[in-house]
Amino acid sequence: MRSAWLVLSRVGFYVFSALMAAFFALPMLWLLTAPFNPRATLAVEPSWPPSLVNFQQVFGNTFAMRAFGNSVIQASGAMVGVTLIAMLASYALSRTHLPWKEGALYGLILFSSVVTGTAAMVPIFLLIFRLGLIDTHLGVIFVFMGGFLPSAIFILRDFMNSIPRSYEESALVNGASSLRMFWDIVLPITRPGMMVVAIYTFVNAWGTFLIPFILLRSPDKMPAATAIYSFYTEGGTPILTLTSTYALLYTLPVLLLYLFVNWRYGFRFFGGIKQ
Amino acid sequence: MRQHQGIISRRVAVAFLLPALLFILVFLVFPSLWIFYLSLTNRTLTGRTATHPEFVGLGNYLRLLRPPLFASGQFGRSLELTLQFVLGSALLGQAALGLLLAWVFYQRKGFLKDLVYTLAILAWIIPSVVVAFLWVAFLDRDFGSLNALLSNLGLKPIDWLLDAPMVSIILFNTWRGAAFSMMLFSSALSIVPPSYLETADVVGASTWSKFKDIIFPLIRGHLLTDLILISLWTFNLFTPFLLTGGGPAFRTEILAIYTYRHAFRDFRFGFGAAISVVVMLINLILSSIYLMALRRREARV
Repeated sequence: MRSAWLVLSRVGFYVFSALMAAFFALPMLWLLTAPFNPRATLAVEPSWPPSLVNFQQVFGNTFAMRAFGNSVIQASGAMVGVTLIAMLASYALSRTHLPWKEGALYGLILFSSVVTGTAAMVPIFLLIFRLGLIDTHLGVIFVFMGGFLPSAIFILRDFMNSIPRSYEESALVNGASSLRMFWDIVLPITRPGMMVVAIYTFVNAWGTFLIPFILLRSPDKMPAATAIYSFYTEGGTPILTLTSTYALLYTLPVLLLYLFVNWRYGFRFFGGIKQ
Repeated sequence: MRQHQGIISRRVAVAFLLPALLFILVFLVFPSLWIFYLSLTNRTLTGRTATHPEFVGLGNYLRLLRPPLFASGQFGRSLELTLQFVLGSALLGQAALGLLLAWVFYQRKGFLKDLVYTLAILAWIIPSVVVAFLWVAFLDRDFGSLNALLSNLGLKPIDWLLDAPMVSIILFNTWRGAAFSMMLFSSALSIVPPSYLETADVVGASTWSKFKDIIFPLIRGHLLTDLILISLWTFNLFTPFLLTGGGPAFRTEILAIYTYRHAFRDFRFGFGAAISVVVMLINLILSSIYLMALRRREARV
């Protein structure tokens, strides 16, 4: 009786695992087959031998390649801005005794989760319009920075709090200035935290669709996230060979960065404001 | 003597904080306040009311509530669809599936667990635009893998995005986000001492009573965190737009898409602002509950 039950639960476990693996894997298969098939449709049809013709087409398409360049500009801009500003701010928060800092930090997180998506698109658009930054890289980067800074500060604060103060105290004794101390001591020690925040910002900015979708108009400013909707024939049907290949290339940096973080720092996820 | 003084002076601290403060004030705090004012005007993008918007009082809000409130394409209907979407994809979909996965693979190791976890996490990290494309292909009536699978099982193919659009976007979002709940519950379960469950095994407790009496009380805090966060995200999610565009016939026009249509298709920003204010207030309620719970937990640790 008991052994029959054990066999049954074992079988149940395998069936469940197989179903779950299939559920998650099936929709992804297209991304593995279509880019290598010169006659790709919406079906999962591997072509044998796999062909790289689609990749040649994408690499030869100036619009597609420029859009990757724009993605790099916007995501790196946000990454550098957020990381630098969040490092300074979280260091200041961790090393002073400002009476209101805990409350302010929670207030920030509250703001960033309230002013997001649906709630944010109208005021963000009008603000950027007023500032004359519609259809500019800078407008997109600034909005990313405003959105990602609070969670970046929150993540970095934990890293900063875990650093012993003795290093800085000895530097202080030797008469180093605050900025010097930050640059020479704090930055090197907190590099893991800095990397995590930088990658987190880059990946989020790289993948965001809504912000560039409402803030950018001209094709030569578009990042890959919106450019991917531009591969149509003159008759108006999507060119699936280009689209699927482009989608795969667009996904690769995110996968590589994820693997890197996972390998280097171990995967953790942070009270996570994911856009 | 220097006990209560920080390592850096207050002036330096303020200087270090200033850039962050500036960005957050301009791009986060200001828009959230400005929107209240905008929602009281008839601002448009072009024409006279673009530069000289008129004050219309609560006009936009009254328009939101204008009957028939729950007719197709109206605010009430959109709110209703959003609730269906959040209940279906965030609570029943992501949270339940995430909990099930974490529980089934609890204390297991090996290939199957790694495989399922990796695939779920992959679904979660692929950029949302790509996920949308994958699902358009997956659900396609003529070529999609889902219909291919159904017809292999002897079932009739379905035109998913036309005939079952709400089911489609719920499935899509469940698939996309289940990993977050799975990982959260996994890490919550990892702090449950195995000895508790071994004791329960000795006295012959059923799986359900083990879950109800041992696991659930220990992960209740995580459950609340998870439910609120994913509700908040799902509530504000725009990506279903990439699958259905809100259609067919407004049947998937959740609030994000409803706002987009009024503000960015019809350029009625005053009206769009009024919708955003309502959404923001709902967001505020959800996040306040979350932060109160988080604060209580941090205070306890």
